[in-house]
Amino acid sequence: MKKIIKYVIIDILRNKIILAYTLFLLALSLSIFNLEDSSAKGVLSLLNIVLIIVPLVSILFAAIYVYNSAEFLELLVSQPLKRKTIWLSMFTGLSVSLVLSFFIGIGIPVLLYEFSATGITLLIAGILLTVIFVAIAMLAVVKIRDKARGIGAVILLWLYFSLLFDGLVLFILFQFADYPMEKAMVAITAFNPIDLSRIMVLLKMDVSAMMGYTGAVFKDFFGTVAGLLTSLLVLLLWIALPAWLSVRKFNRKDL
Amino acid sequence: MKLLTFILCCCYLPSFAGIIKVGRQQPFQTITAAVSVAKNGDTVLVDKGIYFEKNLVISKQIVLKGIGHPVLDAEKKYENISIKADNVTVDGFLLQHTGVSSMIDYAAIKIYNTHNISIINNIINDAFFGIYSQYGIHCLIKNNVLTATAKNEQESGNGIHCWKSDSIQIIGNTISGHRDGIYFEFVTNSVIWRNNSFKNLRYGLHFMFSNDDAYITNIFENNGAGVAVMFSRGVKMFNNYFKENWGDAAYGILLKEINDSYIENNHFEKNTSAIYAEGANRILIKKNIFKNNGWAFKIQASCMDVTLEENNFLGNTFDVGTNGSLVLNKFTHNYWDKYEGYDLNRDHIGDVPYRPVSMYSMIVERNPPAMILYHSMIMALMDKSEKVIPSLTPENLKDEHPLMKPLPL
Repeated sequence: MKKIIKYVIIDILRNKIILAYTLFLLALSLSIFNLEDSSAKGVLSLLNIVLIIVPLVSILFAAIYVYNSAEFLELLVSQPLKRKTIWLSMFTGLSVSLVLSFFIGIGIPVLLYEFSATGITLLIAGILLTVIFVAIAMLAVVKIRDKARGIGAVILLWLYFSLLFDGLVLFILFQFADYPMEKAMVAITAFNPIDLSRIMVLLKMDVSAMMGYTGAVFKDFFGTVAGLLTSLLVLLLWIALPAWLSVRKFNRKDL
Repeated sequence: MKLLTFILCCCYLPSFAGIIKVGRQQPFQTITAAVSVAKNGDTVLVDKGIYFEKNLVISKQIVLKGIGHPVLDAEKKYENISIKADNVTVDGFLLQHTGVSSMIDYAAIKIYNTHNISIINNIINDAFFGIYSQYGIHCLIKNNVLTATAKNEQESGNGIHCWKSDSIQIIGNTISGHRDGIYFEFVTNSVIWRNNSFKNLRYGLHFMFSNDDAYITNIFENNGAGVAVMFSRGVKMFNNYFKENWGDAAYGILLKEINDSYIENNHFEKNTSAIYAEGANRILIKKNIFKNNGWAFKIQASCMDVTLEENNFLGNTFDVGTNGSLVLNKFTHNYWDKYEGYDLNRDHIGDVPYRPVSMYSMIVERNPPAMILYHSMIMALMDKSEKVIPSLTPENLKDEHPLMKPLPL
């Protein structure tokens, strides 16, 4: 397993796209921290990047990479290796290299400029989001054989998580405007890792508008240790569930 | 000339009044005894120590002065000092353990229907009401420090409480831990200057039915609900700081049924809502700084002729929130940090109007749980499209002359 992971990581790190991604993140975060007058504000701007670009790049890159290594996978499958090992090594390799570039691109500037609870939360959220979207990409790839359709599906998935889901939430909110929805909202965020990480980071910053009644309800949940652990657990579940489903599917797949 | 001097001296003679000393090594052991022999115009000097005077009633025109802050303890049963004569000065005492009652408003110092009272340099600890003026006229309340540890609104009193008073000067006091820091009801022609009111349970400053008053250069910080100015007219609010009033019903200033007033050169920082206006008419809001608030300015459609000009709006989550589409107010020449327009003719005024009400703020106003979508991509997109073609946001609520650079305030 180690060998495959090593091979995948080395292969990805040689990839020009991943290098460009790292440099792009690095340039972006450094310029944001240097342009904004307070580094706390910089974290807020970075949050938007982490919530939009990181999932997009993770899901797209992972999907394309797995499609392109179809022959390599076939070769490995013909060896005396467990399919589970092959698939999980692929997943681990992809996650580690994408997390590495995220860490270099955003992690190091954040640690340099804003070494605080908010900064650390942002980093953890970004790392988890990277891995979550790699897992989702792996699931999509294993379900859809055709490359073009697969990449399309992956883009749609990203659009769903970053845009359509929120639209749906807004729709629900207005349909049930007469009911107290604050607590239900906390539960609903669990269904979208992007929303969940956004709320986690925002509540770590003291954003004044979040101090109203609604904010108080969120803070009561996400602000406590139990709430924080629960949301971390939910995010880990978002990694484990797609990964497990994709392994199951890959085990039975006719390559 | 000599004759003139002599006559002048004669005129001043009554002011060469007697001094009565109170203290362990002095002729009088208790203040009550000293006050009972004092004549109008006398000074009662009180040495350091602790005095249990029960309820000290002053019904003569005297000066009561403490040396090194002597302690007047009311044993949690009485009012410390009751002033029932004109021209009284209470200076330099430490008053503590005022009685608590739900029937009588006990106060550390209470002024009953008199005028020309000075209450200066006192320290008031653990009082029910701190300084209470009832029908007081021409009173000076200066440099007092009031600290209480109130737990709930029912069992606590206000720091400086003025009721049906006129021409009161409240200067340089520090008030914390009371129900309302400063409370005004039916008080006219008064000034509140350079006070510091913080960590009070309800309001830092509470105004009701008080006309023609001014509050200038005060700091209101971290109070339960900020500052409320209600049912008054002719109120001037200048150079104050409103900071960190956080909570669902907390406001920097709550304006309710206010007419003909001025809000100028104030700083609003980190409040949930910096100004909340309801039924406010003819108000000029000028040269204020709104910084890092949740809502900088919430204006209900019931307001008329409110003018906002030359203010700086910096880093607020929402600049303006409103509940209707009717706009009878004027926004002009403000600096908005969210303004994205351009200035082709270089006159430092943006060429396209700025609409301070965002789509998202309208949504949150109607449906508070939508706060969960704060900083989400969908809201950014909706705000952008709303800016191009306003549909939900009031069309007339706009700043026709937004400034390109912040004002030097």
